[in-house]
Formats: sequence, C-alpha cells, structure tokens
Amino acid sequence: MTTPILTIDDLNVRFSGRRTVHALNGVSLSLAPGEVIGLLGESGSGKSVTLRALMRLMPRHAQVSGSVEVAGQDVLAMKDAALARYRGRTVSMIFQEPGLALDPVYTIGHQIAESVANHEGVSMIAGRARALEMLERVRIPSARTRLDSYPHEMSGGMRQRAMIALALACRPQVLLADEPTTALDATVQIQILLLLRELQQELGMAVIFVTHDIGVAVEICDRIAVMYAGRIVETGTLREVVRDPRHPYTQGLLSATVHGATGRGRLKTIPGAPPSLDRAPTACSFAPRCDRAVPPCREAVPPLYAISPERGARCIFAREPERAETMA
Amino acid sequence: MLAPAPDRGGPAQPLLEVRGLTKHFRARTKPFAPPKVVRAVDGISFSVAKGETVGVVGESGCGKSTAARLLMHLMPRDAGDILYDGERVGSTLPLRDLRRRMQMVFQDSYASLNPRLTIEDSIAFGPTVHGVRDAAARNLARDLLRRVGLEPNTFAGRYPHEISGGQRQRINIARALALGPSLVILDEAVSALDKSVEAQVLNLLVDLKTELGLTFLFISHDLNVMRFISDRILVMYLGEVVEIGPVESLWAAPRHPYTAALIAAMPTLDPDRRTMTAPIAGDPPSPIDPPSGCRFHTRCVFAEGVCAKVHPVLAEVGPDHQAACLMAIPGSGHSGAAA
Repeated sequence: MTTPILTIDDLNVRFSGRRTVHALNGVSLSLAPGEVIGLLGESGSGKSVTLRALMRLMPRHAQVSGSVEVAGQDVLAMKDAALARYRGRTVSMIFQEPGLALDPVYTIGHQIAESVANHEGVSMIAGRARALEMLERVRIPSARTRLDSYPHEMSGGMRQRAMIALALACRPQVLLADEPTTALDATVQIQILLLLRELQQELGMAVIFVTHDIGVAVEICDRIAVMYAGRIVETGTLREVVRDPRHPYTQGLLSATVHGATGRGRLKTIPGAPPSLDRAPTACSFAPRCDRAVPPCREAVPPLYAISPERGARCIFAREPERAETMA
Repeated sequence: MLAPAPDRGGPAQPLLEVRGLTKHFRARTKPFAPPKVVRAVDGISFSVAKGETVGVVGESGCGKSTAARLLMHLMPRDAGDILYDGERVGSTLPLRDLRRRMQMVFQDSYASLNPRLTIEDSIAFGPTVHGVRDAAARNLARDLLRRVGLEPNTFAGRYPHEISGGQRQRINIARALALGPSLVILDEAVSALDKSVEAQVLNLLVDLKTELGLTFLFISHDLNVMRFISDRILVMYLGEVVEIGPVESLWAAPRHPYTAALIAAMPTLDPDRRTMTAPIAGDPPSPIDPPSGCRFHTRCVFAEGVCAKVHPVLAEVGPDHQAACLMAIPGSGHSGAAA
C-alpha cells in the first residue's frame, strides 16, 4: 500500500458555549494520493466539520483532540506561518457558495494571481499568467476578458468554475470540496462534476468530496465514508457501499433516496431523526432508529468491524451480509 | 380542519385553469441605466384536474416560483386569467374565499412561521381569522398535528426554533390544511430537508392527498422527487412552458430537447454507468432579454437557423402531451420536423 497523503486519527471536535455539541466523535480516515473519497451524510453528521478541521478553520471555542497529518505535516500543531503555507498550497478548499467564498471587491484574475504570487514567490505578472491558464483549464469562455471580471458579473456556474480555478492555482496535493454542486442548477451541476472529475485525473490530486447526495457521490468518488452523528459508520469502495451496504443507516439512506421511484408507492424511510449531540455518545447513535437494534447496541459504541482490509462498518451485524431483519 | 369547499363543477371541470398568465418585472442592471424588463412569467397556460398532482420543474429563473405566487395572489399579475373550479378569481371568486381553497407550503420552513407564536397558535391562526371560535380552532390545530404525525401534547406549546426542519415542514403542511383547501401549492417544500426526512414528508403528502382528496401543484427542481410524486409534469424554461405531459410518457420519450437534457443531467446511482458527457453546456440565460425565437436555441444541440427566428408554441405530440419545439411541429422549417 502506498503511504497515505492524509491521515486523520481519532479526531474529536467539541463546541462548547451556551450549548455543547459533540460534533466529531473519534473520526479516523486515510486518503491515498490521487484518491477521491466521498463523505456522505445528512446535516449535522460532521462532514463539514471534518473538512474545517483539516483546514484548521475552527472557531476559538472549539476543543479539538486527535491527530491530523497531511503530507507528513502535523496539521493541529502548525504555527501561523506554516499554516499560511499549508492552506492553498498543500490543501485547498472549495465551497457550496462561490458568491461567499470569493472576495467581491477584487477581480477574479487578481485573486488568483495574488494567491500564486504569495505561495510561489513569483511576480503578480507571472501570477496573472497562471490565472489565465487556470481559467482556460476550467473552461470559462473568453478567459482573457474574464480575468478582469468581478464575481458578481458572473453566473453561478461560472463563479463555481472560477473558485475551482482559484483553489487549484497552486497545485495542491489535496482538494477539499464542501458540497460544491449543491447550489447549482441540474444542467450546470453535471458540468461541474465532470470538470472536477477531469481535473482530478489530470492533476492527480487527492479529493475529499462532501455531499448529502448519493447520486453526486456515485459520479465522482472512488471510495465512500458514510457519516452519522459525528462518526464514520461505514467505509468501502463506491461499488461495495452502494451495492452492498452493511450499516443499517447506509441501507436506510439508500432505500430512502427517491431515485428512479415512480409514484403510487411509498418510499422506505428511516423513522425518527438524528440524535442531538449535546452529550458524547456512549452507545450506537443509530440504535434508537434501527430496527435491528439489540441490547448490546445500547451499551457500548460499536467498533469498526472490518469486513475486508479496505472495508468496515460500525455495526455488530456488519459481517452478516444477510439483512436478517427478523433478528431483532 | 374547516369543511372543504363544495365541488361545484363536478369531476370533469378542472380545479385550476390558467390562461396566458404573465408577470414582467422592471430591473435596473446598472445604476442610472434605463430599467430593463424581466420576463419572469411570459404567457403560461395550463390546467390542473381535480385530484391530480402536477409537477412544475425548471432551473432557477424559469419563473416557477413567480407563477406560484401569482396563483396565490401574493403579487398582482400583469395579464392572464385564473379560474378556480370554473370561477374567475378576483371577479366571481373573492380573494378571501380563494385563500380558503388554495394554500401554499414554502421551501424555508423557518421563515414561513411566526417565531413568536407557538405551533398550536400558528395553526389555529387561519381558522380564527375565518371565524372559528378560539377553543374549536385549538382542537382543530391539535387534530391536524396528529394527522401530520406530531404528538400534540409534546409539540403544541413549542416554538418554531425548538423543533427540527422536518418537523417544522410538517407544521407548515398542517397550517396549510387548517382551512380545508382543495388545492395545495408546494413550492420546493421538501428541497431543504435531509434525504431520510424528505422521504418521510413525501410519504406524508401522498397519504394526506388520498385521505383528504387533495390536488397538488408541486414545484421542485429535483427530478427524482417529481417523478415520484407527479401525475403530470410541466417543464418551464425562461418564463415559458416548453413541455407538459403525463410523467410516464414524458420520461420515456421527452419531446423537448430541454426536458431530455434535464433528465440526462441527473446523477446516476449505478457506479458502472457514470455520466460521461454533459447534456448541455453553459448556464441558463437571464430572463432579461431572453433569446429570440425559441428561447432554448442558444443551448440546444439541435438548433438550426429557423430556431432563432420562429417562436414555437405548444403543439400536441401525444395523448395529453404537448411540447413547444419546432421539431415537434410539422412543416415548421426545421429539418427534424415532419414535412
């Protein structure tokens, strides 16, 4: 096995203030160079917090423990200067709302050039040349004129392309993508997904792609990690997870997805709602909603049961491919 | 809930008939420049039969939400007629009566509830305005809470910020039903919900529809949801209806290239059949100065010279199925059309 470019080990994030939230509870994940992993989960499952922890974009009151290592560097121990070099150069991030992520008072060309000049110590003129190259690469029409456009002068799809150009301008080894296609129209979403897939193959970077949409994950990911209540509950290759989900939550999520379902029937649903995370979980967080739950599920947090070297699920029934619903 | 309005025209009369509905806005694109016209809704016509679910799909800026607001009279229309069960809204059917028969659920479950009212008060508010006594309105609210799957003793006294998004959307549905409407307009009502919650709310809507004999106008950008819930689908592009037909035939054989592109743009669930090419390039153009002729011609792979000149109208392409494409109109001059 190749050395991973990114390793997260037992990462815990707790926000305390008026209300305490145990946002991440022992997340472990590793990513090989050039690999695309999808973090799949619903709101509050901890997928965005994981990305923010990787970028060290945490509010002051967040308590973080565990270890995060990217390209041989200890991310949680980095000082300001190292952190500034790390962000954008080693790891870069794209967001759901390009309108909020881009600076409204500078042109697209200026923003990209500035980032390149800062990270690589080259002149703004050289930076601008890279900006042009990047805008062409993300297929923004008439890229040369668009260098001098402000974000508000562009359409949603074009802004998203510009943000991708900015994120990739310094050739990062890891790209973090936080629902980058969720706010886009259907016909534009597929264009951006295809663009990301193509750029990933060309540039060979590793990607963590956060999404709540299984269809989007299927289009772009090699591997899937399913998150629930601040924990990874199942990992495996895309095919394994989609075709043979082993965690009851993944199974429920896949059958609750309205995909190819036609009317007059009922959709299968997962009853109830995700737990509040005001206390650290001491049992399987999914047990209250699970129709297979047995007493041991409510007594201890289930470990990640390995099914194969690359595949595991945090469920005591994980090794029984048979979905014996009658067990309970 | 209040007694539903009587069925006047019988089952054959459409519950809702819309003719030439139009709304233009004036917008300044630059300071001091003369304002331009945004053709948000540009002469759309359709009807909704009693008991059916019509889905409206389209991308941002196609006018689907503006159309819903015009139907609800949340803003005045520039032109066009709206007939509710055969009665002209505004003349023979007063607005106050329309509101009892037509209700709406919005996308943002939080913004559509008054944060200072308890859930029970929010649901009881409408009936009280329409003359129901306080105690009766409260009983009604509790009954509706039960119907949407929320235990009244737990939820009645809570405030909107104390409950989850899925629960809030159930409250909004309960409130919409409190006046006993026959038509409910759902504007992206499940779009903000998580997938597992979305499925629960969709099931609830299907159940309520059967129990109460409701008619739905369901607006969404999510084609998976549309296919599940709709009997007929209406596709909008830049303020116009480009295709309308039964969900099965529209899915099996879309006749407008835009409909086909929307369906082809849906992400797959099969890892071995990933999408390899995007069905259309570019973003939807702005409804300010829409393209001439067929508004879709700037993004259409089948576009020919004639498409920029001739504006296609909806033409019959199958049973109950219409499309506004020159290829579907014989003798239109497009090489793909029958002579």
